[in-house]
Amino acid sequence: MTKDLSRKDKTLGEALRSQGISRRSFLKFCAATASMMALPPSMIPTIAHALEKARRPSVIWLSFQECTGCTESLTRAHTATIESLIFDSISLDYHHTLQAAAGHAAEAAREAAMEENDGQYLVVVDGSIPLGNPGYSTIAGISNYDMLIDTAKGAAAIITVGTCAAFGGIPHAKPNPTGAVSVSDIIKDKPIINVPGCPPIPVVITGVLTHFLTFGTIPDLDNLGRPKTFYGQSIHDRCYRRPFYDKGLFAETFDDEGARKGWCLYKLGCKGPTTYNACATTKWNGGVSFPIEAGHPCLGCSEPDFWDGGGFYKAISMPTENITKTAIYAAAAGAAAGIAIGATGRMKKAGARKAHQKVTIDDLEK
Amino acid sequence: MNEADLPQFNIQIGNELTWNVKPILHEIRHGLRKLLETGESSIIDLRSIPLAPGEEETIIDTLGCGEVHAKLNALGPSEIYETRFAGVWLITHFNEESSIISRFIEITVFPDILKSQSDDMTFALDLLENELDDGAESDKTELHAETNT
Repeated sequence: MTKDLSRKDKTLGEALRSQGISRRSFLKFCAATASMMALPPSMIPTIAHALEKARRPSVIWLSFQECTGCTESLTRAHTATIESLIFDSISLDYHHTLQAAAGHAAEAAREAAMEENDGQYLVVVDGSIPLGNPGYSTIAGISNYDMLIDTAKGAAAIITVGTCAAFGGIPHAKPNPTGAVSVSDIIKDKPIINVPGCPPIPVVITGVLTHFLTFGTIPDLDNLGRPKTFYGQSIHDRCYRRPFYDKGLFAETFDDEGARKGWCLYKLGCKGPTTYNACATTKWNGGVSFPIEAGHPCLGCSEPDFWDGGGFYKAISMPTENITKTAIYAAAAGAAAGIAIGATGRMKKAGARKAHQKVTIDDLEK
Repeated sequence: MNEADLPQFNIQIGNELTWNVKPILHEIRHGLRKLLETGESSIIDLRSIPLAPGEEETIIDTLGCGEVHAKLNALGPSEIYETRFAGVWLITHFNEESSIISRFIEITVFPDILKSQSDDMTFALDLLENELDDGAESDKTELHAETNT
């Protein structure tokens, strides 16, 4: 325990040096960090200076109604060394998926971290909070609501990771059986940084942590509480296919000439124009690609209620209530088989209901 | 089925570019002029600009390779070379799995990351002094042992 505390007291620079990491390696780390945080390269010396003096903050990570995709996104990040450096630069005192301790021992670790770092620790939340019935999601017998209220009390700030924690996400989708809500629906007296996405881009998660480490403040946020650095511009505005939109060149189906030539996916339901995220520049899998580059429209997963947006393959300017028209369009274009099949299925069901007649024993004996 | 009969389905590469290649090359040109006239360096982060598949390669091909080529081994490899335009350097940082983590065009006389850092030199001096002192100590012990025999 004493060893841990002394490790916590070290600045990041001291911690890295004690691991044998050279100044040159540290500069490389800072260059990658600047790029990751979408800061101008001229900020590299500032980042190096600030990070060197930064002290490791205590982080308590709470996982509520979630699929663990957000943690998977972070822990499987491509930049293993850089990410592990960032992990080393925080003191992750509670994360029930990653920690070895379980049950009461795990809860004791959370309580100890809260007591030792009162008013200074960061709380990271992934998953939404069910208000319908506390029993829908509990940890060590504590409801998600109670754990959030208890842990948030002494927090310096809360980072919501993923659309579920930021906006309710998929659990909040209609008909919202668990009464799922976001963190900001409950906590009103703490700074909250929303890092939505299903899941968020890993470097965006670490970028927000690094910003806090570097500057000791929360980043500039947009009207939905998202850091402007990563969510300041729409996917559409930063998309390499944007020039095709400007020229009126669209893929009409997934296998037509436009699709083959890499034209704009707007007519195939791309939500890029209404979605704010860093996918088009930061990209995924180590900067290899992102959904639009792979030929699939953006789903808009970093926006509130993206699941109830009226269909992933329906162009955003089309009315959401005209299902028949959408189905015809989709079927004709061969673009949204899911919608067409869904519509057909619903029609069949309605037809079956209408034609349904009760079967009697007499009928069976005929 | 002949190869010619196969559908040409390549969503990765469009026929046209994002039109960001030329502006970047012009930015490099202005950066080089600034370096010559004022001595001020500049850096362009290639990963912060939307580029279509193949466009980054177009920029790199246009810049070509110059006289200096260096490799670092610091938290994974890095490759640094001066392009065929003196003063324009391409710096690519990789992680330990050889994936690119950042790529910059630095317009400078000499990239900072190649310079020896004073912290590292301080550590190096301590290390060298310790090794020499240890060496001198063991020489003394050996000499003492020989004298006794």
